[in-house]
Amino acid sequence: MSATRIYVPRETAAVSVGADEVALEIAREAKRSGTSIRLIRNGSWGATWLEPLVEVEVDGVRIAYGNVTKEDVAGMFAADLPNGGEHERRLGPITEVPYLIGQDRWTFWRCGLTEPLSIDDFLAHQGFKALQQAFADGPDAVLDAVADSGLRGRGGAGFPTGIKWRTVAATEADQKYIACNADEGDSGTFSDRMLMEGDPLGLIESMAIAGFAVGASKGYIYLRSEYPLTHSILSRALDVARENGWLGDNIQGSGFDFEIELHLGAGSYVCGEETAMLESLEGKKGIVRYKPPLPAHEGLFGKPTVVNNVVTLASVPNIVNLGGERYAGMGINRSKGTLAFQLAGNIRRGGLVEKSFGVTLRELIDDWGGGTASGRPVKAVQVGGPLGAYLTAEQLDISLDYEAFTEIGAMIGHGGIVVFDDTVDMAQQARFAMEFCAIESCGKCTPCRIGSTRGVEVIDRLIAGENREENYDLLVELCDTMEHASLCAMGGMTPYPVRSVLNHFAEDFASSGDEP
Amino acid sequence: MTERRIDKDTTSEIVRQFGARPEMLVQILQTIVMRFGWVSEDTIRQLAVELNLSRADVYGVVTYYHDFRTEPPGQHIVKICQAEACQAMGGRELTDHARALLGANLHATNADVTLEPVYCLGNCACAPAVMINGKTHGRVSEGRFDELVDAMKANN
Repeated sequence: MSATRIYVPRETAAVSVGADEVALEIAREAKRSGTSIRLIRNGSWGATWLEPLVEVEVDGVRIAYGNVTKEDVAGMFAADLPNGGEHERRLGPITEVPYLIGQDRWTFWRCGLTEPLSIDDFLAHQGFKALQQAFADGPDAVLDAVADSGLRGRGGAGFPTGIKWRTVAATEADQKYIACNADEGDSGTFSDRMLMEGDPLGLIESMAIAGFAVGASKGYIYLRSEYPLTHSILSRALDVARENGWLGDNIQGSGFDFEIELHLGAGSYVCGEETAMLESLEGKKGIVRYKPPLPAHEGLFGKPTVVNNVVTLASVPNIVNLGGERYAGMGINRSKGTLAFQLAGNIRRGGLVEKSFGVTLRELIDDWGGGTASGRPVKAVQVGGPLGAYLTAEQLDISLDYEAFTEIGAMIGHGGIVVFDDTVDMAQQARFAMEFCAIESCGKCTPCRIGSTRGVEVIDRLIAGENREENYDLLVELCDTMEHASLCAMGGMTPYPVRSVLNHFAEDFASSGDEP
Repeated sequence: MTERRIDKDTTSEIVRQFGARPEMLVQILQTIVMRFGWVSEDTIRQLAVELNLSRADVYGVVTYYHDFRTEPPGQHIVKICQAEACQAMGGRELTDHARALLGANLHATNADVTLEPVYCLGNCACAPAVMINGKTHGRVSEGRFDELVDAMKANN
């Protein structure tokens, strides 16, 4: 009788609510009861609200148990866990968990399913198939597939990936680079982290494909320091890839050399801006560069560089495997394919939902998210991180579509959706947007560096009820100046959340500060 | 026990580990801070010499990044997320609670515990989130926070 396979995620969110303790208790209980098990630390499926989510494999079917605590484990064994026994935590087969049904898992399909650091499991689940395909078809075929897919940068800017890759491919240089932006700083976002923890070899394959397509032999991953578990998993995955000949010289006899260096950030939000990230990768202060030159022409160490977000890169293997048209067939208008939406903040069922563009905010928040965690009405939803606008409860029928969001002065960004209930004081949220900009501004341009501090002061005066009309006009003017005169999105988009509060929640300025 | 006195030989060893490449300065500083908790004036001088950079270059990088403390922290470091997803779940109230419990404001140290803000731990579906000595915790109510702090202190 072979060992029963039991899965417990080793992923930051799951571990943050006790997955390690649950795993330890399962190992102990198995020993105590003489049950032969193989404990697998998988990634998360993204149903974060059910973490720690334990699965046991019975006759090839993985039976899920949700919100397991270490205190539950003995009872679960008593209820015949190894055979998927009935228990109050039992959810049934993982494939039938409603949250995971109806998603379009293009990029995250291996997350939760596989053992992240097992090369055998990776290869058994199409691992490196796309890279081999790329070797067989040549760089141009990859560039065509990516262009045909309509894939746009998932870090937030939404720039067409195919154009970026073709630009780098067409630029002559003795050295080119792939720089993977894993500095996921937007509040409400964790999709990069979940992918790197759940499918790190998938990211490595994606970067190798990018390198092969544009003629780069070296890649960098710039990972934020707030993700220590991710760092440990990714470091190990890089070793696994090297040990098995999938990184280094002459990969699998293809003649293609590719190596990846993993760098840690140091707590600076603005280093998620691509040129600040390049500066930081060069060991310098993370100060934004003027553009042009574009990184695709003169990027890291002055060489042509593809700068792509983790999720952008990780979308590519299936584009190579299944064809760009297949990806472009999903989504709406110019927003092709899927995005990993992240439901966060005051939401009953928080987690990651990969879905084609075109889904509405309301579907995500109600159908998947189940409304607020507090049970109170939704008052505001911030989409796209700290630089994204706050939407009202009446605006939730908008389709997730880059252009539709731009039209209403909002943005999708990296796909983070943060829900607030009716207890939120929106004047404080506007103040925080300016305060955050003041804390994180790189200081290079005046509108951002000074404007953000002045913004906090003006908002404080508005909240205090001083010369309300005059200060309101001043804040509007300041937002215009910051938007049009800042060097990058930090100062340029901080006005988005502020303006959305002015436009939709202005009454909160009058009542702010009433509570302690 | 984290050593708070920054050892010169260890610093040199870290520099060598990164090939004494000046472009690895951020990585070198990150390694030093993970090991010792902070960066001293002496370390800045030493790095400038060993990496063939000006002291101003090194100083500029040290003071630019939030992670690089220029004062030694306490034995324990408690970071509380201040960003929006945690705000939506009572992060501000939790911060007030932590300040009262630990007797320290943000960026301050009391009784060998340093309290710091952090802007997103990427644990936004399990808000509010805190990080204690490098480990992230989610769904942290005030009661849960008290338990975590007790466990932290017991772990001395």
